[in-house]
Amino acid sequence: MSFTIQVNGKSRTVDVDGDTPLLWVLRDVLGMTGTKFGCGMALCGACTVHVDGLATRSCVTPVDSIGTSAITTIEAIGNTPAGSKIQKAWLDHEVPQCGYCQSGQIMSAAALLAGNPQPSDSDIDEAMSGNVCRCGTYARIREAIKQAATG
Amino acid sequence: MNITDISKVGHAGRSVSNNELSRRAFLRAGVAAGGGLMLGLHLPFGSEPSPAFATETFAPNAFIRITPDGNVTLVMPYVEMGQGTYTSIPMLIAEELEVELNKVQLEHAPPDEKLYANPLLGVQATGNSNAIRGAWTPLRQAGATARTMLIEAAAKRWGVDPSACRAERGAILHPATARRLTYGELSADAARIPVPKKVGLKEPKDFKLIGTPVKRLDLPGKINGTAVFGIDVRLPGMKFAALAQSPAFGGRIRQVDDTAAKAIKGVHQIVRLDDTVAVVADHMGAAKKALAALTIDWDDGPHAKLGTGDVLAELDHATQKPGVVAQRIGDASSALAGAATRVEAAYHVPFLAHATMEPMNCTVHMRPDACEIWVGTQAIARVQRAAAKVAGLPLDKVIMHNHLIGGGFGRRLESDGVERAVQIAKHVDGPVKVVWTREEDIQHDMYRPMFFDRLSAGLDASGKPMVWSNRFAGSSVIARWLPPAFNNGLDPDTTEGAIDLVYDLPNLQVEYVRVEPPGIPTAFWRSVGPSHNVFVTESFMDELAAAAGQDQVVYRLGLLDKSPRAKTVLTLAAEKAGWGDKLPTRVGRGVALQNAFASYIALVAEVEVAKSGDVRVRRVICAVDCGIVINPDTVHAQMQSAVVFGITAALHGEITLKNGRVEQSNFDNYQMLRIDETPKIEVHIVQSAEAPGGMGEAGTSAIVPAVANAIFAATGKRLRKLPIDSRALKQPA
Repeated sequence: MSFTIQVNGKSRTVDVDGDTPLLWVLRDVLGMTGTKFGCGMALCGACTVHVDGLATRSCVTPVDSIGTSAITTIEAIGNTPAGSKIQKAWLDHEVPQCGYCQSGQIMSAAALLAGNPQPSDSDIDEAMSGNVCRCGTYARIREAIKQAATG
Repeated sequence: MNITDISKVGHAGRSVSNNELSRRAFLRAGVAAGGGLMLGLHLPFGSEPSPAFATETFAPNAFIRITPDGNVTLVMPYVEMGQGTYTSIPMLIAEELEVELNKVQLEHAPPDEKLYANPLLGVQATGNSNAIRGAWTPLRQAGATARTMLIEAAAKRWGVDPSACRAERGAILHPATARRLTYGELSADAARIPVPKKVGLKEPKDFKLIGTPVKRLDLPGKINGTAVFGIDVRLPGMKFAALAQSPAFGGRIRQVDDTAAKAIKGVHQIVRLDDTVAVVADHMGAAKKALAALTIDWDDGPHAKLGTGDVLAELDHATQKPGVVAQRIGDASSALAGAATRVEAAYHVPFLAHATMEPMNCTVHMRPDACEIWVGTQAIARVQRAAAKVAGLPLDKVIMHNHLIGGGFGRRLESDGVERAVQIAKHVDGPVKVVWTREEDIQHDMYRPMFFDRLSAGLDASGKPMVWSNRFAGSSVIARWLPPAFNNGLDPDTTEGAIDLVYDLPNLQVEYVRVEPPGIPTAFWRSVGPSHNVFVTESFMDELAAAAGQDQVVYRLGLLDKSPRAKTVLTLAAEKAGWGDKLPTRVGRGVALQNAFASYIALVAEVEVAKSGDVRVRRVICAVDCGIVINPDTVHAQMQSAVVFGITAALHGEITLKNGRVEQSNFDNYQMLRIDETPKIEVHIVQSAEAPGGMGEAGTSAIVPAVANAIFAATGKRLRKLPIDSRALKQPA
């Protein structure tokens, strides 16, 4: 079946089953590989994108549930004020190591900052504890979010 | 270096193919390499320009290429998997080559054991925290050699003495006449200069880059989605495959009903192997959906009844008879007989999965005459050999493209995933990307081995340990992975951290019993031998201090007269931690001291144990003497990383078997430490003039006993098996 979705401000039409997770539509059908596969069960956050500004696990989001909502991915998050600040803070604090989970981390952090410009430590815990980083960059993620909030 | 450079690394579209580069590099190396594996600090400097190069290209060795347009390309012999090697290795070369790091391009090394073997391992692999140790001298020499030749080329051009010239920021200067030629302008001339036999290296006081917190070169692409990991490869006409492997190790397929799977939109093909079914589709969504629609009847094979308890019982049993003596000092049995106090304990550690965030994956294009492979691997030459065997092709017909690695930790030192992908690709027309689901990744990992350890020690009347005896049983990964390094029942990895204690012990005996568990493959796992041994030895040392009724730090310091570096880090960690300061009830500090990967570290963990028994690590203080520091920020980052990795294992990590199957499957039942559980981690680096040590893994092994010892301090409960069992720590009502 054919679906037209709004990705990073552009209309994209794909021909897949309606229950296909958005993750695979982005990665395999549209070729946008910045969004990562980690678990397939919304347990790790690697696949996080924004759907109408809300951090959403694309691995469990069927393409037929999206309708006309605006999808933003890591490839375009730098065009948003919060995303741009987060990316800069990520570089300033040298957050990534292997880097694989960082697309998802940045998307979760950008959504947090867009909705809560001055997050507390517990706000950060709540927004970010769904994102696993096997390299253990958590301390730097916290510092970077705090910098982005003040910067 | 810019984003697109690193994004392109490993792409098929790069300007130089693997084969071409490999052949050229080999030709150039041929003159001086002398054949055989490089086991010493030997660099394959060639002296004749290779016909495969444009004659204007200056490539004095396998690591540096400078073209007339001024492009400086550094070929990375070690792979970037988060540890910062794509910054620290360029720092070593650039320090001597005198180029600016933001102007260089990086390229993954092609498979070539002769050119790119780690001198310490003798094979082309990234592991055991030895990239910097192996590269420290050779790669500075590589840079210095190129610089020396460029200076000579410039001096010749100007008709001046080379000693009147110097290199600076990618150019040679003749200060007396204010003349300057860039490396690009000199590349053609330099290519005709004979390679010098010996070159001088800078004194540490003259270092400009080494020792400074240089920003990582690989990060720009890792914050905007452009970094290309193996799983991100895209090729024209590529299909996607998901797979189901026999749930029980060694099992086989009896029957497959794929009627429903084939009917799913986007599914092209079902590939059936002896022990695996793969669904090939237009995208992973269709492949996974079809996988779930398959009905597979498995013959569970010879290990159908295997459980973790069976393996543990076998290991326990194996430690009841003598093993191979791995270390002997003095006479342990006589000393034990004469000890005033005797302490005995048994420990064990579980199987662990790697759970890299990038699930296992491999893209293969099988053609009649060649096989092309895109993957992120820690051991590209090993993988190439394995793939050639499965493909039934000669080595030079297997073209490898390496990539950034989304977590290695030892998992990507193995070739099993690539072999599986080639098996599948042999049935597929065109390129196919095989991606493991998280469940397949965890249930078909190759695991950190389970070990069982028996220890006994004898204390004298003052409480000092006079004798230490340790016998342990478990798998030797080296025996399978690098058989020549397994000799007389022993290997250097499995025993690291057990035989080389920092303490002065007059009588010591360590025995190892190799037991390969049936039905579950084992492999290297971050911090390798020490991951198991240091938990055991540093917990047991804590037991001895407790038996002697002495402070854990003071007790250890009393045994370190012959190990000043260990004494320094222990003293520093204790001081920074406020060792001895009063703590609330059920909060405790624990210490661990370690010399592994040629680095000395001491860790103090501060742990809070809730009434429920739940453990929270609040603060970790690390004191590090890793010799000369290349990049201090990387040392901090790797300690933070390794500590989180170790706490994850200590609190959550356990792979169990039931009926021959791994019971864990995803991050709900194989849990990772998350941001809200992460302690404050402080890293203090000791100034040191010793040769650089490894830092990628050390913290992982040391934090585990620090946590266990802190739990003992908080609760009085000594936990001798991992992971920490919070039920044992529950406060009685």
